[in-house]
This record gives sequence, structure tokens and C-alpha cells, in this order.
Amino acid sequence: MANALIDFILVSVALLAIGIYGIAVKRNAIRMLFGIEMVINSANLNLVAFSRYIPNSQGQTFALFSIAIAAAEVAVGLALVIVAYRMYRNIDIADFRSLKG
Amino acid sequence: MVDAVFLALSVLTIGSAIAALEIRSLIYGSIALMLALSGVAGFFLLLDAPFVAMFQLSVYVGSIAVLILFTVMLVRRELIFNKVEDKRRRYAGIALMIVIMLGIGTIIIGSGLKTMETNSAEVDYKKIGEDFLTYYSPALIVMALILASSIIGAMTLARREDVIDGQRAD
Repeated sequence: MANALIDFILVSVALLAIGIYGIAVKRNAIRMLFGIEMVINSANLNLVAFSRYIPNSQGQTFALFSIAIAAAEVAVGLALVIVAYRMYRNIDIADFRSLKG
Repeated sequence: MVDAVFLALSVLTIGSAIAALEIRSLIYGSIALMLALSGVAGFFLLLDAPFVAMFQLSVYVGSIAVLILFTVMLVRRELIFNKVEDKRRRYAGIALMIVIMLGIGTIIIGSGLKTMETNSAEVDYKKIGEDFLTYYSPALIVMALILASSIIGAMTLARREDVIDGQRAD
């Protein structure tokens, strides 16, 4: 293999940082979900990369579980966005403040 | 050293991840997100994990893309193109991104991972299938239950009839 482990990990760090930027800055609820997806994918990339270089199949198995759970999370998140949109007619998270004390 | 395929994949992944957050239209943003996730699937192929790559493609590009596009289409038109954000918050976010990249990057480059190379054979994906059905079968059942319950929960959340339109608390 031509690529070293550290290259994959650096790409994964970049993806993590972009995802955290999206979660912290964006006020659109769907764009925040995009950021969460990127963070989850950087974690999966790390799992598979270490699983290739150790080598062990457990990392890949765990990445498969993680992808499936991420799919469930996106389904619930988008349903929450739809409910919030019907209540507030907006998807700006600064407007969702019924729970604010 | 890295090869050309790796370089192209990383440019595609990072570039479309930035585009997904910064493009004005939410529809093009979700398409860019799918490009970024396909790039991650390409990395999985480079890492000799074709099973995970196909799973990633079928779950993310197949189903989550459709979910996100339908949700975007249910939202009002001007909200799709609207971009409200603080300037100061944005600069703080960019600073946070650079701090995370440089901080974790220097820690990882300084660690002993740089010398880690492998000559061993790739993991056989038949072994993953066997593991799923033998050692991990309780976890597989729990995962199926989680998926089913979350999908039922999402459906009941999304089609609640008692949510009145335009109900605002303030």
C-alpha cells in the first residue's frame, strides 16, 4: 500500500474540524445535521483506517454498526426538523425556544 | 508518499464538505454532502474495505440523500436560499476549526503513528459476515431493534396531527 496511516488520519481530522465548524456556526437546522454527518464520517474513516493497519476485522465491524446507527439518527433528526418547521414555520434554530426557561 | 488517487479523493471530500456548508442553496448543499460521503466511501475502497464502502454508498448516498432531499423540499422556498448568521460567530467558528485542525494535527504528526506501515494481507470480508452472524449476533439484533424503533418514532413524530401550524410560544 502506498498510503500511510497518518494520511488517512489527517483527512479525518480535517473532516472533523469542518463538521464542528458547521455545528457551531450554522443556524439552519438541516445544515447542522450536515455537520453532524461529517463528524460521524470522520470517526468511521478512523475506525476503518486503524482496522486496516493493525490489521483486525473488528474496526470494520464497528464501522458498519456506526453507519447503521447514524442512519437511524438522521431519520429521527429530520423528523424533528419537520415537526419544528410545522410549529414555527422556520428552520432557524435561534427561533426554537419554547424550552427556554 | 501519497498517490494521485488519494490526493484526488481528499480534495473531493474536503472540498465538497466545505461546499455543503457554504453553498447558498440547500439542495445543492445536500448534493455536495453526498459527494463528500461518496469520497469517504472511496477512502474505504482504498483501505481494502469494499464491504464497508458498499454499505456506506447504499446507506448514505442511497437512503439518507433521499430523506434529506425530501425534507428540504417540504420546507418553504425562501428558507432554502436564506442564510442568516452572525459575522462574529462565523469568525469564531473558523478560528475554532483552525485550532482543532492544527492542534490535533500536530499531536498526531508528533506521535508514533507516522511510522506505522503494513504489509499484511487485507481483512477478508467473508470473515466480517461470519462474525456478524456468530459473535456479534446479539449486537446485530439490538441494532435491528434500534433501527425499527427509531423509524417508527420518526414516522409518528412527522405525522402528528395535533401540532398546530404557526404555534409560537413567545
